[in-house]
Amino acid sequence: MTVLGHSMKKPSLEELKAQAKQIRRDIIEMTGTAGSGHPGGSLSATELATALYFAIMRHDPQNPKWTDRDRFILSKGHASPLLYSILAEAGYFDRNMLLTFRELGSPLQGHPDMRRLAGVEASTGSLGQGLSIGIGHALARRLDQKAYYTYVLLSDGETNEGQTWEAAAMAAHHEVDHLIAILDYNKFQLDDATHEICDMEPVTDKWKAFNWDVQEIDGHDFESIIKAVQHAQKIKDQPAMIVAHTIKGKGVSFMENNNHFHGVAPTKEEMKRALEELA
Amino acid sequence: MIERKLGKATRDAYGAALVEIGKTNRAVVVLDADLSKSTKTAEFGKVFPDRFFNVGIQEANLVGVAAGLAACGKIPFISSFACFLMCKGFDQLRMAVAFSEQNVKVVVSHGGISIGEDGASQMSIEDIALACSLPGFCVMVPADEYATTALIHESVQHQGPVFVRTGRPKAPLVYNPTSKFQIGKGALLREGKHVTLVANGLLVFEALQAAEALEKEGIKAGVVDLHTVKPLDEELLLREAKKTNHVVVAEEHQIWGGLGSAVARFLSAHHPCRMEFVAIQDTYAESGTAEGLFEKYGLTASHIAQAAKKALGKI
Repeated sequence: MTVLGHSMKKPSLEELKAQAKQIRRDIIEMTGTAGSGHPGGSLSATELATALYFAIMRHDPQNPKWTDRDRFILSKGHASPLLYSILAEAGYFDRNMLLTFRELGSPLQGHPDMRRLAGVEASTGSLGQGLSIGIGHALARRLDQKAYYTYVLLSDGETNEGQTWEAAAMAAHHEVDHLIAILDYNKFQLDDATHEICDMEPVTDKWKAFNWDVQEIDGHDFESIIKAVQHAQKIKDQPAMIVAHTIKGKGVSFMENNNHFHGVAPTKEEMKRALEELA
Repeated sequence: MIERKLGKATRDAYGAALVEIGKTNRAVVVLDADLSKSTKTAEFGKVFPDRFFNVGIQEANLVGVAAGLAACGKIPFISSFACFLMCKGFDQLRMAVAFSEQNVKVVVSHGGISIGEDGASQMSIEDIALACSLPGFCVMVPADEYATTALIHESVQHQGPVFVRTGRPKAPLVYNPTSKFQIGKGALLREGKHVTLVANGLLVFEALQAAEALEKEGIKAGVVDLHTVKPLDEELLLREAKKTNHVVVAEEHQIWGGLGSAVARFLSAHHPCRMEFVAIQDTYAESGTAEGLFEKYGLTASHIAQAAKKALGKI
């Protein structure tokens, strides 16, 4: 059994940075080749997902249904290019499949489909649902007395959805621990900046008021991410939230904080320029 | 003459069945959205507090949490009033349960208008249409306590999402404790010659009464309980429709998208025949007694008998 994470040698900071760069290249190539997809919110969460899959989580690409695995639920399902790049990098499937993204018959659907691709923990794409599903995994852990953690990656815009706050209240009331939510706080949603559409500030205070353990970090800094997750793992009888400040389109100069790339793929020319920057 | 003997409400039968199932099946967990005293899941909560989760008044999260539990091998039963769970939890049923093919059992109470005095906001007349529209769901409306108990037990054995509608009032007995039930297999309760009355839920008993009344007028009406709307028991339906060539479908549901629609779709392709429909006529109901509401909104035995005569061209 190849178990990544705890039982493996910890990757160095340099190794993680190199992996993040490769994942960004894959995100650009997948969306650029497909001619559609959501690169902006995939690039903002790249360090978050890279740290989880390669430095924190216990999981086994050869045995995706391993009952003791840590779970990662991509609640912001439109960041599917990020999830697919990560799963390919970890060895869940051959990376040649990445360029079939969004093609008819491909397991790499526009939004994640757990029936079609091993390693996808939840079918998402209708925003606001991932946290509830994560609570279900965490409650099953408690019933089965297992040790795994459930990580849920949320987008900031997604927390407009009322279901997020149903889940937030219920998880705290039921003292659900081993549940670690991470907010990819890139300050944009589809139509515009979050402060223009439906501002959720004060974000940290909201989650604290819902009785979650809350930390605020730089979501592009590996050491901060790992330290915050290690703290969150120790929290008992309470769910944990990590508010990660990020930059939408991070890593490609002309995509950073440029909301055009929320749901628009780079052109062939833009793809070439982006890949040069990520060389 | 068929005797009107009241049994338990189907929701009470559900609550009791859950406790029985919980004793032997450790994978079964139950979730409710602050209506457990009404849906009767509270009984399970008393006996198995560790496996019972009251999430509060939040149907969307209720469904999502159940989907997560199912993904980890649990068999979640989730309950609330039919209207609230199906309407407020519908996108979650679509994405997290149906599309994700999760083994979640949705058992709602207070289906239809027979809830009575609480009025239209608490009544569900759209739930069957909504449930049937979800790919992969089995959709059931049991007629009495025995049907409910058996179909809840069957639901545990069935791999995949199911929807079962239970009701608030005590239900007249149609079956007995030894009656056998299978998901997707209806029951021929009375042989017919001239017309077939197809029904489910509380309308099964009304159909049996209608058949007796019709008999006095020389019309031999068969009665079929299609407790499972989806998948439809096509074999039984075709056989009975061929016998009588006249079919009436009766249900405690909005006329659009329920049992009538399902039966008509099938028979129009396989054995077109004269049909009539007894259902709620594209309107919302109101407060009142269950009996008064059935009378006003056209769901009684006499309405079914009238529909049968209309189908036969006798009125």
